[in-house]
Amino acid sequence: MADPADQDHAGAAIELRGVTMRYVQDAPPAVDQFDLRVPPGELLVLLGESGCGKTTTLKMINRLIEPTSGTILVGGRDIAEADPVGLRRSIGYVFQGVGLFPHLTVGENVGVVPHLMRWERGRTRARTDELLELVGLDPATFRDRDPDELSGGQRQRVGIARALAATPKTMLMDEPLGALDPITRATLQDELRRIHDQCGLTSVMVTHDMTEALMMGDRIGVMKAGRIVGLGTPAELLADPGDPYVERLLATPRREVRRLEALEQGGGAR
Amino acid sequence: MNELLLDLDQNLTAHIRLSLGALAIGIGISIPAAVFVAPHARLRYGVLSVVSVIQTIPALALLALMVPIFVALTGDGLGFWPALTALVLYSMLPIVRNTLTGLAGVDADVIEAARAMGMTPVQSMLRVRLPLAAPVILAGVRTAAVWTVGIATLATPVGQRCLGNFIFTGLQTQNWTSVLVGCAAAAALAIVLDTLLGGVELGLRRRRPPLLWACAAAIAVMFGVGLGGPYAKPAGPVSGPTLVVGAKTFTEQYILADVIGGVCEDAGYRVEGMESLGSAVVFEGLASGEIDVYVDYSGTIWANHMKRTDTADAQTVLDEVSRWVRETHGVVCLGSLGFENAYGMAMRRDRAEAVGATSIDDLRGEPVSIGGDYEFFERPEWDAIRSAYSLTPSETISYDSTFMYEAVATGQVDVISAFTSDGRIAAFDLVVLDDPRGVIPPYDAVLLVSADASQDEDLIEALRPLVGSIDVEMMREANLMVDRDEDKRSVAEAAAWLRERIATDGESGR
Repeated sequence: MADPADQDHAGAAIELRGVTMRYVQDAPPAVDQFDLRVPPGELLVLLGESGCGKTTTLKMINRLIEPTSGTILVGGRDIAEADPVGLRRSIGYVFQGVGLFPHLTVGENVGVVPHLMRWERGRTRARTDELLELVGLDPATFRDRDPDELSGGQRQRVGIARALAATPKTMLMDEPLGALDPITRATLQDELRRIHDQCGLTSVMVTHDMTEALMMGDRIGVMKAGRIVGLGTPAELLADPGDPYVERLLATPRREVRRLEALEQGGGAR
Repeated sequence: MNELLLDLDQNLTAHIRLSLGALAIGIGISIPAAVFVAPHARLRYGVLSVVSVIQTIPALALLALMVPIFVALTGDGLGFWPALTALVLYSMLPIVRNTLTGLAGVDADVIEAARAMGMTPVQSMLRVRLPLAAPVILAGVRTAAVWTVGIATLATPVGQRCLGNFIFTGLQTQNWTSVLVGCAAAAALAIVLDTLLGGVELGLRRRRPPLLWACAAAIAVMFGVGLGGPYAKPAGPVSGPTLVVGAKTFTEQYILADVIGGVCEDAGYRVEGMESLGSAVVFEGLASGEIDVYVDYSGTIWANHMKRTDTADAQTVLDEVSRWVRETHGVVCLGSLGFENAYGMAMRRDRAEAVGATSIDDLRGEPVSIGGDYEFFERPEWDAIRSAYSLTPSETISYDSTFMYEAVATGQVDVISAFTSDGRIAAFDLVVLDDPRGVIPPYDAVLLVSADASQDEDLIEALRPLVGSIDVEMMREANLMVDRDEDKRSVAEAAAWLRERIATDGESGR
């Protein structure tokens, strides 16, 4: 990592206070009186089934969705008072669809936000190369390629590099690895965790995969019907699931581990 | 052929000016309009409906419709602006539709990414959505370009010079070389333009800026050549007042316009021809003062403009027409040229003898087939003839007036609604049947001068000798020189011959 500023800056805290999002009036809210504090430098995983409100929660943090009520603070400032365009440029965003711009090269994709922020050409270019290296893509090889020449894993690496381009302090990830094959996925889990630490980010990641949550999260928030039903570090959740729903979600990885152990001990009996 | 090539640069550059101008404005209106309505389902539907409805109007009708609209709005109804407006309207559908399709086809993930990256809606449109939709939009532009170049050939009848001048004049005077030159030039222009736009599209798709800019530059150069001229230069003396002489779309009109033009040039005027105009359009042009002089027919004014359905003797019709044009439009009718170009029921001589017909009365109850020009069977004359003589034709067939004479000569039909001054009546040895009941209205060729031009006494003085100077035999002969297949003469040659005859007849008459 060539830019020392990245190591220095501490991630900004994210705080949600009594946030409610109601898409349809009189229907149950998608997010219901939600309170959460993500301290600087933490990687928090929001876990739940589809429709639990986790993606809505995430998108409210960079104002892709506006909450019906409640307050969201990023770095101590109420985002309702921030310019949404500026806010989004200061927050990295990675999602399952990746959404690379197909008419731009890999390098141009990574440089989109610096370009919008009118960085000078040389600075953008240096930053682009640095980020491609950070996500494990050789700049000389990949800089001038088109997105459609890349594999799924490579594309998401570019997506991550693009999100980090303007040195955000905060990163939002919406099932970033959901569309990848298991091996690529495992590799990128490690790398995302490394990048989060290396860049000193505060991150919120959404997933429906408990194993992924356990592997990556500093803390895990389990969501159900727009509310948090369990919150804690992986160790805390395993020790005391608290809610039967959390217990059920933990059952799958537990069963997988037991089976693997049994197989490794030469058993094979169930 | 040489005469054609002389006109080619003028007609071609005028065509480029018109079609590329319309295309550029069409793009300039259609893409922003589509971008603006794209997010709103109801507006989108409304705009698409409007441009689709415009598209269903036949091109020739849309062009003709612009004439009264422009007369009402600006006082001038002929030439470049009405033609350009019609073509702009025509070009819009493929561009609007493809822009909407192209924008709708942009991947939702990419749009979400643009928003999440912190692009404003305008940045997202300009940097992401439009560039990604560009190949589809360009495909629409290519369609519009080919249409516009093709349809621009129909601008001739509203008084705008274009490659259509070759086609309209050629069709009416059976000059197939002229028709071919017009069609080939229009096709070549469309192909070149489409190929260049294809290059732009390919450059965009493959992201090859040199190809894109080379093709775009070539189109710009083409447009530049079109704008650069050469513009039509009035014939005659270098200075002096300019006169616009109008003509409808048939041989006799071209010859008479040439004769009038020659007379005016001799009198010191610069003369500009505006030919192949629609019948309604040319009168509209005279009334608004865009055309100074042309020849019309008393019966045409009587029936089409005065909306009279009765008939009267030639003198009464002429007098009433003269009074009506003066009172309603300030137009001066100098008088009859000396011949009539009326509808005449004509038959091949042997066929007429076989059924023993010398007048229309003799056809009563005969099961004859009758051919007419496009409008004949819709006109009051036909109703009058049919009921007055109790005709019961076995069939009625509409022809282009050019082919009508061949149809009767080859026996495809027994009788045609010939034009009495047409040279082919004599050439094909046709018999024009008498009209003993006088139901066919008189169609004296009359010299009409616009309100403004009629103030010019020198002009009136120069034109007046033409009144009563051409008899029907002379006109038929001049028409035939152009219309016949063997020893075919150009319009200019026929006009020169006619002027010589007018001069010699005038001297011997004196």
